[in-house]
Amino acid sequence: MNPSSNGHAPRKRANHHTVVAIVEDKPGVLMRVASLFRRRGFNIESLTVGHSEMPGLSRMTIVVDGDSAPVEQVEKQLYKLIDVVKVSDLSQEDIVARELAMIKVRCNNVNRHELLDIANVFRADVVDIATNSIILQVVGDEDKIDGLIKMCEPYGIRELSRTGRIAMVRGTKTTTVHEPVPEPIARIHEKQGRRVEGELPFSSD
Amino acid sequence: MSRMTGAQMVLEGLQREGVEVIFGYPGGVVLPLYDTLPQYPGIRHILVRHEQGAAHMADGYARASGKMGVCLGTSGPGATNLVTGICTAWMDSVPVFALTGNVSRTLLGKDGFQEADITGITHSITKHNYLVMRAEEIPLTIREAAHICRTGRPGPVLVDIPKDVFQETAEFDWPEKVHLRGYRPTYEGHAGMIRRAAELIDQARRPIIIAGHGVIWSDAQAELVALAEKAEIPVITTFLGIGAFPEAHRLSYGWLGMHGMFYANMAADNADVVIGIGMRFDDRAMGRFKDFNPGAKIIHIDIDPAEIGKNFPTAVPIVGSAKNVLPRLTEHVREAKHTEWLNWIDQVREEHPSLHIRESRRMLPQYVVRTLYEETEGNATIVTGVGQHQMWAGQHYFFKRPRQLISSGGLGTMGFELPGAIGAQIALPEAEVWAICGDGGFQMTMQELAVVVDENLPLKIAIFNNGYLGMVRQWQQLFYDRNFVAVAMTQPDFCKIADAYGIRAIRVETKAEVAPAIREARAHRGPILLDFMIDQEENVWPMVPAGAALSETIEAPAEELAR
Repeated sequence: MNPSSNGHAPRKRANHHTVVAIVEDKPGVLMRVASLFRRRGFNIESLTVGHSEMPGLSRMTIVVDGDSAPVEQVEKQLYKLIDVVKVSDLSQEDIVARELAMIKVRCNNVNRHELLDIANVFRADVVDIATNSIILQVVGDEDKIDGLIKMCEPYGIRELSRTGRIAMVRGTKTTTVHEPVPEPIARIHEKQGRRVEGELPFSSD
Repeated sequence: MSRMTGAQMVLEGLQREGVEVIFGYPGGVVLPLYDTLPQYPGIRHILVRHEQGAAHMADGYARASGKMGVCLGTSGPGATNLVTGICTAWMDSVPVFALTGNVSRTLLGKDGFQEADITGITHSITKHNYLVMRAEEIPLTIREAAHICRTGRPGPVLVDIPKDVFQETAEFDWPEKVHLRGYRPTYEGHAGMIRRAAELIDQARRPIIIAGHGVIWSDAQAELVALAEKAEIPVITTFLGIGAFPEAHRLSYGWLGMHGMFYANMAADNADVVIGIGMRFDDRAMGRFKDFNPGAKIIHIDIDPAEIGKNFPTAVPIVGSAKNVLPRLTEHVREAKHTEWLNWIDQVREEHPSLHIRESRRMLPQYVVRTLYEETEGNATIVTGVGQHQMWAGQHYFFKRPRQLISSGGLGTMGFELPGAIGAQIALPEAEVWAICGDGGFQMTMQELAVVVDENLPLKIAIFNNGYLGMVRQWQQLFYDRNFVAVAMTQPDFCKIADAYGIRAIRVETKAEVAPAIREARAHRGPILLDFMIDQEENVWPMVPAGAALSETIEAPAEELAR
């Protein structure tokens, strides 16, 4: 079986690793990480970044192709970046991994119902509908999204947008950092009217 | 706390960090900083002739003294001219603090006159860099940058400050401590790993230590000697590790690599336990990775965890500084004798001496270096460029102490020699500093002769003049069927160039003139340039051809020895 015979067929994921990096929320941090991966020849499968539960820190979820580099090197090189506070390799963990996709599919009065049935099976939401097209929004792991994409293909996909994977370890374990913003930095933030650091509202083990 | 301009904050901050010298070049956007400089008489400014020179001088200053070197350039071309020097420091882990100006904040990103995204450009060649957008952030930034620069595995940092931030006033709020969540170098070394390393060393029959630049930077020569002596382990160094272990010591077996000593390469290749300390198993040292001594178990001690396991699988990884790890390792290892193993290496050394200089009427470059060694009694600080002369200097001068050989190893930056030596001489005003220059590299940065004169430095400059880019010529001869392309150079009259700067110069044309010229140079109180017209076609031996394994080290062919 040739997985590349179909453009949207599930890619081989055997050696994909999910790495979560907690990074300082500073200008240029995304570039530093992206530039690191580029110059070391680590292939990024997906990268998502957004605010975390910790003020001043963002959580970056990187899916890296383990064939391009040992994950241990990826982790160590990430740690060399001053703005990277913590790196967790979730490859060996029991995780919940999710991705969101929006798919704009060609459809008409004749086949719209079929498409809605398919969306139902995948528990996808219809977030926009027009005479000649429909936008489906689906959340799930990559396989589920790939599956829906495959089912939509015969109708004609006009546009596809995927967020890339975010992931969390099941149970009480977290990738969080229990360390407040350093005092001198907090002072500057305060002067500049940014959020003042307080105690974390919760804790985990 | 007091109110200050951004420019004052920069200089106040650097002064508090102990900075005494800045190598710099002025320009539009750093004018506010230069305007403020006279208010800080404790900071000496050295006016270079090209910003690349400033970065190399800061680098040479740092390597010679162990302190942080500071260089300064204006925006745009001033900043980009620093790049080669920053990268040189990056590859060799040297604490260079680069300070650049940039266009005013309102012009940033508008492609204004002399704007360059220098933080973007230097992301991959600095430990960290900063674009400071408010004057009040300057004290914290200077403190953090200096901290990052010289702690852990040292390395360059860059701080970029827009012109109007230099002019803005704010409270000078100096942080007592630096606290970075994402930066905590490990110095101690894991106790369990140290014990495992000791066990492995105790079991070893043919152990070898490969000492690198990290031993020098963590000031661990004595600790290294103690370990080597207790367990009787032969020590070889990397090229940058030269001086980490006294070369006159009975356990010293030179240095390994592409032009390392034959017996050092063989020792590394036949050891059963390889103890890499403060080095990074680089390709120039280790030869073809997959064929480096497959039987060896590797113990790797380095402060940078990312170096461990990068090129070779490691049996025992120890993250920490040599200074802290070595005494504890020495404590755990058993006293031992490795007579058989040492005899084996001695035997190889006897059969393949590598450093023997043949009798010749020609002025062999090896002879020039050896004569310099003898005349200076092995006490001079040697700064080199890159190429054949660099290898001969490393081979035929015998070094006693750390920081005695200063050279661009990782990046291999031709043109490093003169500015590097100027930096070293400024750091060590009383020391005898020799810049050993290639005739090619010298012309890349020779404008810095003006700095030698400005500062009246007693620098000794020796040009190894063979009219060729010698190392490239050697490769073309050996690997490109003597197809010599773009390697012969018409050289200017270097003595006249020195003369034009008011620097005394001697052309040395025969072997008999070598020692007298060196004596004359040493007796001269000011700067002096010696133009050694060395044999034109001499090659560097031994050699591990590019892509070959250490076991494939070749020695000087008979026909060359007959020359």
